[in-house]
Amino acid sequence: MRNVVWPFRLERRPEPSMAMSIASPLIAAAAMLLTGFILFSALGKSPAAAFHVFFVEPVASLYGIGELLLKATPLMLCALGLAIGFRANVWNIGAEGQFILGALAGGAVALFASGLGAFTLPLMLIAGVLGGMAWAAIAAFLRTRFHTSEILVTLMLVYIAQLLLSYCVHGPWRDPAGFNFPQSQAFEDHELLPILVEGTRVNAAFIFALVLAASAWFFVSRTFAGYRMRVAGLAPAAASYAGYSDKKNIWLALLISGGSAGLAGICEVAGPVGLLSPAVSPGYGFAAIIVAFIGRLHPLGIVLASLLLSALYLGGEVAQIELQLPASVTSLFQGVLLFYLLAADLFITFRLRRVTNSEPVPTATPTTIQASTTQ
Amino acid sequence: MTFEQLLPIFASTITAATPLIIAALGVLVSERAGVLNLGVEGMMLIGAVTAFAVGVASDSLLFGYLAAIAAGAAVALLFAVLVLSLQTNQVATGLALALFGIGLSAFLGRSFVGTPIERLPAMHIPLLADIPFLGPLLFRYDAVVYISVLLFAGVSWFLYRSRLGLRLRAIGEAPAVAHSLGEPVIRIRYLATIFGGAMSGLAGAYLSTALTPMWVEGMSAGRGWIVLALVVFATWRPLRVLLGAYLFGGVTVLQLHAQGFGVTVPSEFLSMLPYVATIVVLVLICRDPKAILLNQPASLGRSFHPDA
Repeated sequence: MRNVVWPFRLERRPEPSMAMSIASPLIAAAAMLLTGFILFSALGKSPAAAFHVFFVEPVASLYGIGELLLKATPLMLCALGLAIGFRANVWNIGAEGQFILGALAGGAVALFASGLGAFTLPLMLIAGVLGGMAWAAIAAFLRTRFHTSEILVTLMLVYIAQLLLSYCVHGPWRDPAGFNFPQSQAFEDHELLPILVEGTRVNAAFIFALVLAASAWFFVSRTFAGYRMRVAGLAPAAASYAGYSDKKNIWLALLISGGSAGLAGICEVAGPVGLLSPAVSPGYGFAAIIVAFIGRLHPLGIVLASLLLSALYLGGEVAQIELQLPASVTSLFQGVLLFYLLAADLFITFRLRRVTNSEPVPTATPTTIQASTTQ
Repeated sequence: MTFEQLLPIFASTITAATPLIIAALGVLVSERAGVLNLGVEGMMLIGAVTAFAVGVASDSLLFGYLAAIAAGAAVALLFAVLVLSLQTNQVATGLALALFGIGLSAFLGRSFVGTPIERLPAMHIPLLADIPFLGPLLFRYDAVVYISVLLFAGVSWFLYRSRLGLRLRAIGEAPAVAHSLGEPVIRIRYLATIFGGAMSGLAGAYLSTALTPMWVEGMSAGRGWIVLALVVFATWRPLRVLLGAYLFGGVTVLQLHAQGFGVTVPSEFLSMLPYVATIVVLVLICRDPKAILLNQPASLGRSFHPDA
């Protein structure tokens, strides 16, 4: 980009900037807020009122803070698993589908296995994890055996999973006493996760998420398997030269992200939702992708980023009621946030340099080509 | 199976395939230039909502279509700035575009849910449409169907018979070499990306004004992703894209006609067919890595920086 209209040049930094690495999500969040203010003004709502409704009101009570943590939990669970995969360049875009399969598998245990008593809940959770893993395993198998892009396979599986859920709750699993609503019977008390804090809906899943965050950090930074996956993502040629199995990395990445998404799914239906219905997830699987990026694929960043996106979800719900803003404003903001993050990330590897007329601008010099052709 | 039974199936296959063809040809051109734009789903939805909104507001479907093309191009321009000038990761940016497009279209279309719109009228090509058998089979579709066929011819000619098409393909294979030969790599990639966006917008417009004349959030139902798989499945060749689109169109409408055949599979499983079919054909094509390696544009998805 070297012309007089735009007197700046993008120059590659000698090494990626750590400072920008942490600053860019903050810059992106600030840019998103600014965009939000402009959008609200354009819609005729006062930005200050919108800010209050979006960010202050939802967390003004204990219940509100609980809701923040409640919505952050599935995001955390999904994103932690996804981040491990993204680091290895394995793009699991189908966390939404694995979430649904986890809900279905665990829900099946809740609805149809009887007489298990206190073991019901743990079995449900295990079933949920296995369900999500199985769904992701399809993509892993097709990628390792048939070289099929996991992006497209996991995405197609999302739609298939949604249709499968729809079939189950409209048909064989529908609550016979449910007035023909497409939903299953409500889970009984022993099939629901225990509440952690009186007066909120925060349940044990939040603990799972924190444990998973610590485990993910440990796995990625302190185990050989995690190291192999990081190398595979950063320098695939070096990884294969060192003999790190590409197939093992892919399987590990997809099973981990599928399992954590499945856990998120069963925790959601064994928690706030309490039954199976077509709307078990307001797009958590896709929002988790954004969480993973905003959190720089690092467990600590992901915890913070999931709180941010949870706040967006909450604020969007309150704004729907109080400001008559549409429900889609939440997903719009999520998309905008990701765009800004990608743009801000530019400054991690590049910096702006002012171009003056006296400064020689490097070009592909013809002399070198001539020199090489006369050899 | 009489002609009267086959005709509606054939006709609905053609119309179902049309948006796939248009979007896939756009993706084909941009991928041949080396730009991987995963945001087709988002661009299609933006095209759909724009065509619907402008069509309803201005009472003219033509304005709706033009606006949809412009909207798709504009969003693709945003993508191009991020990916070509700011060098962001193409996969991540494409996904961001898809999510953004889904959200933006839902937001813009919120007041149009349930609004009726006039369906794009079918043409009746004089003389040809009255031929027995062939007439109703081939010559009674709406204008966009014929535009899609012309588009196929145009893109094929452009890629393989024109100088600019050759330059574009060269840029997609080896941008560094093309750059050293003086080709404006970034500029041609910009144009290719914008074209891809415009076509996605047009395809989306067809969805909301002709195929199912209404606006519903997320109405493309994954067609954008299927289009991306379609281009891979067709190994980046226009004719295979056309044939693949008709195949997928047929699978999509199967669920509508299955009841007529007395098939008692639950409708949800029939609805799964396009997605299952996508996975199956992807596996079939990608099984042999050589098929992909030989045909995929070599620089697809990789950033190119002239000064680096």
